[in-house]
Order: sequence, then C-alpha cells, then structure tokens
Amino acid sequence: MMAPLFSSKLLIVLIFGTLFGLILGVLPGLGPTTGGALILPFTMTLDPLSAIVLLTSIYCAGTYGGAITAVLINTPGTPAAAATCLDGYPLAQKGEAGRALGMATVSSTVGGIFSVIVLVFFAPVLAQLAYEFGQPEYFALAIFGLTMLASIGEGSPIKNLIAGAFGILISTIGKDFMTSIDRFTYGINELSVGIGFIPVVVGLFAISEMLTQSTLLDQVFKRVALKAVKLPSLDDYKKTWKTIFRSSGIGSFIGVLPAEGGTVASLIGYSEAKRFSKEPEEFGKGSIEGIAGAEAANNAATGGAMVPTLALGIPGSATTAVILTGLIIHGVRPGPDLFREQPDFLYGIFGAMLIANVLFFIFGFFGAKLFARITLVPNKILWPMIFAVSVCGTYSLSQSIIDVWIMLFFGVLGFFMRRFGFSVVPVIIGLILGELVEGTLRQSLVIFDGNWLMFLTRPIALTFFILSLIALAFPLLRSKKQKK
Amino acid sequence: MNNVRNKKRANKSLPFFFKDEFKVFFVIIFVSTILLVTTFTFDKVPPILNRGIQPATFPKGLLVLIMFLTAVIYYLSFKNPWKKEKKLPKPFFLTILSFILFIIISKTLDFFLAISVLSIFVSYNWGEKRIFYLLLVGILFPLVVFIFFEMILGLRFPPGIITNLYYY
Repeated sequence: MMAPLFSSKLLIVLIFGTLFGLILGVLPGLGPTTGGALILPFTMTLDPLSAIVLLTSIYCAGTYGGAITAVLINTPGTPAAAATCLDGYPLAQKGEAGRALGMATVSSTVGGIFSVIVLVFFAPVLAQLAYEFGQPEYFALAIFGLTMLASIGEGSPIKNLIAGAFGILISTIGKDFMTSIDRFTYGINELSVGIGFIPVVVGLFAISEMLTQSTLLDQVFKRVALKAVKLPSLDDYKKTWKTIFRSSGIGSFIGVLPAEGGTVASLIGYSEAKRFSKEPEEFGKGSIEGIAGAEAANNAATGGAMVPTLALGIPGSATTAVILTGLIIHGVRPGPDLFREQPDFLYGIFGAMLIANVLFFIFGFFGAKLFARITLVPNKILWPMIFAVSVCGTYSLSQSIIDVWIMLFFGVLGFFMRRFGFSVVPVIIGLILGELVEGTLRQSLVIFDGNWLMFLTRPIALTFFILSLIALAFPLLRSKKQKK
Repeated sequence: MNNVRNKKRANKSLPFFFKDEFKVFFVIIFVSTILLVTTFTFDKVPPILNRGIQPATFPKGLLVLIMFLTAVIYYLSFKNPWKKEKKLPKPFFLTILSFILFIIISKTLDFFLAISVLSIFVSYNWGEKRIFYLLLVGILFPLVVFIFFEMILGLRFPPGIITNLYYY
C-alpha cells in the first residue's frame, strides 16, 4: 500500500500538503476546501498521483488545523471545527490550552487513521457493488447524491436544492455532449466548451470569502496564550477513549453518506459524546470529552467521504468535491474501473492519507504554537495576496482571461448566495454531477424507449429513489422536531 | 435570540418589495425566465438522430424546478420571515469596485498591473496605511507570483505594458 509513496518526490508533496493544509486550517475563512480550490490549478504540473496526494493531505491536515484556531481564538478555522470551540476555548481560558490542543491532536489522528482503515476496506466493496450499476442505477445514485444536498449544514434544505439545481444548470452550458448543439452560449466562442470547474470553484470559495471578509473588518480576535501542546494524561485517555472510538465510527459513517461531511459529523460526534458522558453538565464549560468527540468525528469524516468519491464518483463532502475535480482534470474517472485498472494509484491515495494523519500529529504537536501565530497575519495583507494567487491560478489552466472574469462573477454570486442563506457547496457538487445526471438520464431513456416508469422496474435504482425521498423528508422532519 | 427576533420584526415591517425574500425571489425568477426563454431558441435534433430527449428538455426541466422551489421558499417566508441582513459596509463596495478596476486594467493595460492596483487598493481600503506593507502586497508579492508562474510553471501571461518589458 505504501510502496508508491516511498519516492522522495511524493514524500515532499505529502509533507508540503500537510504543512499547507495546517496553515489553511488555522486561517479562519480559508480551510481545506478553499485551499484545495486555490492549489488545484498548480496540480496540473504534477502527475495525477502526486496531485491527488497533495489534495488529500491538505484535506486531512486542514480539517485538523481548524481545531488550533477554535481552541486559541474561539473561531473555528474550518466549519468542521465549530463544535470544538464549545469546549476547546473555555478549557484554554482556564489556562489549559496545551491540554485541549493535545486532546484535539490525538483524537483527530485516531479518527483520521480509523477512517482510512474504513476507506481501505469499504471503498473496494462499494466499487464492487457498483459493477452491478447500469445507466439507470447511476442516474438514481446521482439523484440520491443530489438530494443529500438538502441536508448539508444548517441551511434551508430547499435553498440547498436550488443551489444544486443551479450547479447542474451550469454544467449544461456549452455544446451538448450527445448532439453537439450549443446551449446557453449566446454566440460566445469561449462558452461552447462549457464553464470550467476551476473558475467556479475558486470564485465560489476564495473570492466570495474575500468579499465576506471585507464585511468583517471590525472583528477582533482575542488570542489565548499557548506555552506548549501537552499529550493527554492517563486520566484523560481513560475518560475519552470510548468517545474517541464512538466518534470515529460516527464520523466515518457520516462521511460515507454523499454530500455530508466533517461539519455534520463533528456536531453529531459532539452531541453523542455529551449523551454518553457521565458529566454532561461539563459540556460547554471545557469538557475534554467534548473536544475528543468533535475532533475524532470531523477527521474520521475525511476517510469516510473519500469512499463514495473514489468508489462511485459522488463527492462525500465539499473538499472531496474539489478532490473529485482534481481527479477529473487529471483524466482519472473514479468508479469501479479505477479499482480494477489502477490499484496502485488508489493504494497510493490510501497510504498518503494514513501518512498525512501521522504527519499532522507530529507537526501539530510540535508546531501548534508556530501555526497559531499565522492567525496574526492581518486580513488586509492576507486576502490581496490570496487574490493574486487565485487570479494567476485560474488563468494558468487554459490561459484564458475569460476564466478570470468567470471566477470574479462566481465570487460575487457566491457572496450574495451565502448572504441570503444559500450554501455554495451544492453548486459545486451539482456542477460535478451535472454531466453524470443528464448523460445517464438520456441514455436510460434510450434504453427504456422513452418510458420513464421503467426506472421503477430496476431494484437498485428504485432503492436509490426511495433513499432520495427519505433524504428529502429527513430535514423537514428534523426542523419540525426542532420546532416542537 | 431577542436580537434575531428584532431583526425579523424589522424585516416584517418593510413593504414587500424591499424585503430580502422578495428581492431574491424576483432575481431568481427573472433570470430563470430569461434562461427558460433562451432554451426555446436551442436547435432541435431531427427525430431520426434524437436519442432520448431533446437537448433543451433537461435545462428546461431544471429551470422549472428552480422556479418552483424559489416560489416555495418565498411562500414559506410569509410564515417565517428571513432575518434582516446588516447593511453592507463601505469596504465591500470598494472591493467590488476594485474587481471592476481589475477587469478594465487587465483588458486595456496589463494583467500584472491590474493585480498590483487591486492589491494596493484593497489593502489600503481595508485599513493598511503603512507604505512598506502596501508595497509588499502590491509589488513584491505579485512579482514573486509572476516569477513562480513564469519560470517554474512555464506559463505565459497576456501581453501588456509591464509584461512586455519582460517578454521583449
């Protein structure tokens, strides 16, 4: 499994990715998704394995990095670390920042490694199942993936669905892939090849975040001093080991569900830790179990989210949507054939994720104090620099200035979407799945001679449709329950 | 909690066309309608070549779905009004202005000059007044980015008054 990684080039990529991921995770507003989007154009100069190793190591380390800021400045570096703030910061205020970060580091590493084991065993099984899939099954699966968008985060399910449908609509721009007829091109030649992933991804994540930061300039962070990260004591381990493994399981499972991810996993991991705790009253006041529950779950979601991404080509989270984009632009089509034809490539990714989890443990343990200083870089310096990198990165892919303008357009659009409660993640997932949805639908209709009801005669497709209905109903039931 | 309730109440007292819910509803429906009309201009595939559905059918279905869901969120907002968002601050508009400047300068003068102008403009308007840092973000960093892309990644940037000094 590790053999492909024993090249000095891949190890350097892995170390760079882990360090870069940590820095991104530490900086509020950036995180592994935006960072992955920023680095995506640069990966074009790498071979496919190095590119995906870079992106996955950023994913693993970035997810952990969010905990450093959550503990020290009460601001989650990534949305997945939001639950870590609840107990991490109060514990840091009590002068135990090192203990809080030590627990976050250990539980993140355990959660991450646990999820890689799940990935290694579960992804090939899922891929094997996918051999049974024909066009109708893939269509139903893609619909299931899209309906899961409804339950992303805390936003309105309907708004998420609108955003997902909008993403699919963007994928229809350009020449129709079956008939070569122009759609939504308005006579602009550049649009006939469609809208690239990178301008949309960078615009929706990086540029829209830059605009969001422009509205938050009066925000002041209070940083808690950190002497050194401490390994948890034996008492801490005794208190938390069950929580860590429970949350690792929860995180891996939530991660496997299409379109879910670390944020949902950490919230559920945290609430389950509270439910099983002997001291639930301590939660929110600096409970070490709270930190363990949230951190193990959000890092466990990384491996879980890679399962549907690699086995089916359906992203398991926002960052895996970026990784999937990376796979596609490198000409690697995820799915069962990938497992049969390129096992070395896949085991390289699995191994890289495993090593990344160990590396961020080492870097986090010895370098958290240094990484925490990165939060001192003021936004007025940081974001203009990110803009320069975003513009050049987007331009570099097809050396087209139109791509840069598209990026700016999606940046402004993304800002207003977020302002009015529309998540931008479904747009990316819709854009990625758009061709799959339309292609499989049209090919299925050819097979079924235009009879839509034939979808219901295929058991696997029918199962996915039923799951889709459940996925749509779940957020509505949840909001009703919350109102009660 | 009270704050959110007050915000919602404030939003409820506005005439309907000033409310965020209506503005969002209007923009989505307006744009979707234009796009829907556009789909009727797509070429049709002759029946002999048509496989499955016409190329316009799928986007039409999506647009109808978007319009329907938009109507649903607007309807739901009567029962549960959205919270009123804070007014956008001046730096936001200046950042948008910097994007416009970027497009104009990159199209007419130079790509890297546009990046430099935007970086200095944004940094200054976000509160950075120290010359050294303005030069750092506006000149030194774009120069490093240029060297990285040009020399390491072998990228060729579009010609312009500054870029030409390097290329010719």
